[in-house]
Amino acid sequence: MAATETPIRPAGAAPKQRLAVLRNGWRGLTSMRTALILLFLLAVAALPGALLPQRSLNASLVDKYFADYPAIAPVLDSIGFFDVFAAPWFAAIYLLLMISLVGCVLPRTVEHARALRAAPVVTPRNLARLPHHASATLDVGIDEAAAAVRERLSGWRSAEADEPGGTRTFSAEKGYLREAGNLVFHLSLIGLLIGFAAGKLFGYEGQVIVLSGGGQFCNTGILGYDTFRAGLRVDGTDLQPFCIQVDDFTGDYLPNGQAASFTTDIGYQSTEDLDAGRADQWTPYTLSVNNPLRIDGIRIYLQGHGYAPRFTVTYPDGQQRTGEIQWKPVDLTTFLSEGATKFERPGVTDEQQRRTSQLAVTGLFAPTTSGGPVVTSIFPELRDPEVAIDVMRGDLGLDDGRGQSIFEIDRSKVDSGELVRVARANLVPGQSVALDDGTTVRFDSVQQWVSLQVSYDPGQNYVLVFAIALLLGLGLSLSIRRRRFWARLTPLTGDDGTERTVVEIGGLARTDRAGYGEEFDRMGAELVPESASTEAKDG
Amino acid sequence: MPTDLAIFSDRLYMATVGVYVLAMILYGIAYSADRSAKAVLVGAAGAEQESPQEQAPTGGRSARFGRMGVALVILGALLHLGSIVARGIAAWRWPLGNMYEFISFICLMAVVGWLVALRRVPAARNLGLFVLTPVVILLFLGGTVLYVSTGPVVPPLQSYWMVIHVTTISASSGLLLVPGVASLLFLVRRRVDARPDRGPSLLDRLPSAEVLDRLAYRVTIVAFPIFTFGLIAGALWAEAAWGRFWGWDPKETVAFISWVIYAAYLHARATAGWRASGAAWVNVAGFASMIFNLFFVNMVIAGLHSYAGLG
Ligand code: HEM
Repeated sequence: MAATETPIRPAGAAPKQRLAVLRNGWRGLTSMRTALILLFLLAVAALPGALLPQRSLNASLVDKYFADYPAIAPVLDSIGFFDVFAAPWFAAIYLLLMISLVGCVLPRTVEHARALRAAPVVTPRNLARLPHHASATLDVGIDEAAAAVRERLSGWRSAEADEPGGTRTFSAEKGYLREAGNLVFHLSLIGLLIGFAAGKLFGYEGQVIVLSGGGQFCNTGILGYDTFRAGLRVDGTDLQPFCIQVDDFTGDYLPNGQAASFTTDIGYQSTEDLDAGRADQWTPYTLSVNNPLRIDGIRIYLQGHGYAPRFTVTYPDGQQRTGEIQWKPVDLTTFLSEGATKFERPGVTDEQQRRTSQLAVTGLFAPTTSGGPVVTSIFPELRDPEVAIDVMRGDLGLDDGRGQSIFEIDRSKVDSGELVRVARANLVPGQSVALDDGTTVRFDSVQQWVSLQVSYDPGQNYVLVFAIALLLGLGLSLSIRRRRFWARLTPLTGDDGTERTVVEIGGLARTDRAGYGEEFDRMGAELVPESASTEAKDG
Repeated sequence: MPTDLAIFSDRLYMATVGVYVLAMILYGIAYSADRSAKAVLVGAAGAEQESPQEQAPTGGRSARFGRMGVALVILGALLHLGSIVARGIAAWRWPLGNMYEFISFICLMAVVGWLVALRRVPAARNLGLFVLTPVVILLFLGGTVLYVSTGPVVPPLQSYWMVIHVTTISASSGLLLVPGVASLLFLVRRRVDARPDRGPSLLDRLPSAEVLDRLAYRVTIVAFPIFTFGLIAGALWAEAAWGRFWGWDPKETVAFISWVIYAAYLHARATAGWRASGAAWVNVAGFASMIFNLFFVNMVIAGLHSYAGLG
């Protein structure tokens, strides 16, 4: 165990007290022990990120946590436990770790570069003191013995020297790639973090729902998205332009309702297409769950799907309005969905009248209805659709200046009596329901929608490159052993004048105890057969 | 609708557990009959003083039962492999699609890791009982509570990334079971060694602290790069499937924690004052975090990784 390396820097006399404090602080920060503690802290600090709901992943779970634990949730929130990976203390830990790493690894890189040029360490005087040791007296001359050693040491970095009395020594070292791997590994970590950070700063991610059957989306600005998460350096003004048209969505299901596959046929126009004015040409592509579209560094994913029932309202004066908007699946196994399709009566300009004539068709949609009086869905595929709707009339509250969910009506308007139910019915496609004023609401058909995610992360290719370098470095540093080998050949002349040579060999593993012993034994078996091999401990 | 092959796979699974239990019994006999323990005690003043060349005892009842135990473990591993392959063919997909299947594979890898490690470090033979115990418990849980019959997997899992990512992650998890057990027993062994006057006990027959430590280290340095590869493969898959390569999903977060803990283990082994018990504690914590990820995160915390077939 004596040979594991811990970076040690010579202590110099500090000219000034303050400098000494700084130097000690730096030395402390870049010591292995500090690295170890920081690694621990990092592991512990990440833990609440796994155990508690996180805003970045699921804000509604955080809200639920607040409702369930009103006493402790605000405390946890104030210390950032619901946004662990954006918390300053989390950043402080990994930044300190990175600084420590740089401070540790850069001097080691310099040291290693120097070691690569230096000759192996000279042969110690007493080889018997080394962890691995063997010796024997051979009936060969010193030149022959030296040739054997030389041959055995091919592939090692080695040096020979003469000592007084005709003695030859060899010193050799092998496994430099271990340290190189270790350095590559640690430096890659830094590269990886920088790539990750760059992606967070300059990247963005947006979700948008597009109706299948020809719905289109163009990446022109943040407003086109339903939700958008911009990196700190993204203001949304110059997004890479492209357009998508969703032609068709297909979901295949097993008899038990489990999804078997999802695909959606789309067409796209890249920036180049748009610049060239090819506005009516769409390049076809099939998006599926593990298969995003990659254009111009942007990725487009199929993230979800659902149904959009289509309703037509026919007013007493014969005017018609058609509404088709996505409803939200509330049960992901049967795709029972809910939503609210909203209508304004055409041609009404009087503000007061407008506010009493708005309509909303709300309720439940079943892609495959159970057929009972209460509509439920028994299968996620569109086989036998039915809706159970309430038609609401009055003031939808669209002008209140508050954003409202496209899936719901404003409940407060119902409570205040400004929005009242004027009909309730279960409809299959083609059926309609009549309101008291002669208006009819018809359930026409059902369209599918898909939710697409658009992602841009300029850092991710760098992250991948560094991750691969990291893995290679790790492999090298863990599989290669750095070890030293020495031999001392002393000539003897026997009483009968024959030449003999005392061969002494010694070995030292400079890295962990992962067994230099076997290799040394093999070398010993070749160089000093029938020797008295000793192995104090596997250095 | 289980096919004949699926039923055959289940039978093989049961046979595997049976053979492992038998091997445990043989290991138990070998362990309690081990007389070489006294020899170990002589050098018990400090773990570092012992010769790493110490071999498993070669003669006597203990050795005989020990060898039979190893033979049975090999037989068990073959049946185990057969069960997994048969299941894969029955479902006609890679047989790592739900928790029952992960656990089965993890246990197979733990057993294989143990058999290979035993060849390299024969003196660790008495550890067999302690490696098989968690394996049998896991297999039992897998085969009862977590069992699901064969079936296809949901669309997100139908990707070659599943083969690469899930296989490497489960393989490394299985391998890491061996160091987890070895480090835990290392800590026990150090306790025992610290009090040589305490009189003989069964614990004296544990492999020496040095052997346990070496075993833990050697298996960890094989498993850790595989785990790292599995994480990278997971990130590549996530990039294709979920729209980002890393998003701090609970499973990702705990995998990150495990990775950092194992990195800390390797550092601890190179840090003065941490080499012995400190490093062993870290290794035990590492394996605990893997188990936590397997059970708690799959079963309690909802995340994107909710494919465990428990829903
Ligand atoms: C994000 C932080 C870090 C991670 C994840 C990390 C990870 C690792 C891993 C996995 C190894 C094993 C490879 C090997 O044994 O050669 C290792 C080794 C090593 N690390 Fe780090 N490291 C980090 C930071 C640091 C820092 C800050 C230092 C300096 C104080 C450091 C110094 C070393 C040294 C000297 C080794 C070689 C140990 C040996 O000789 O076996 N590391 N590191």
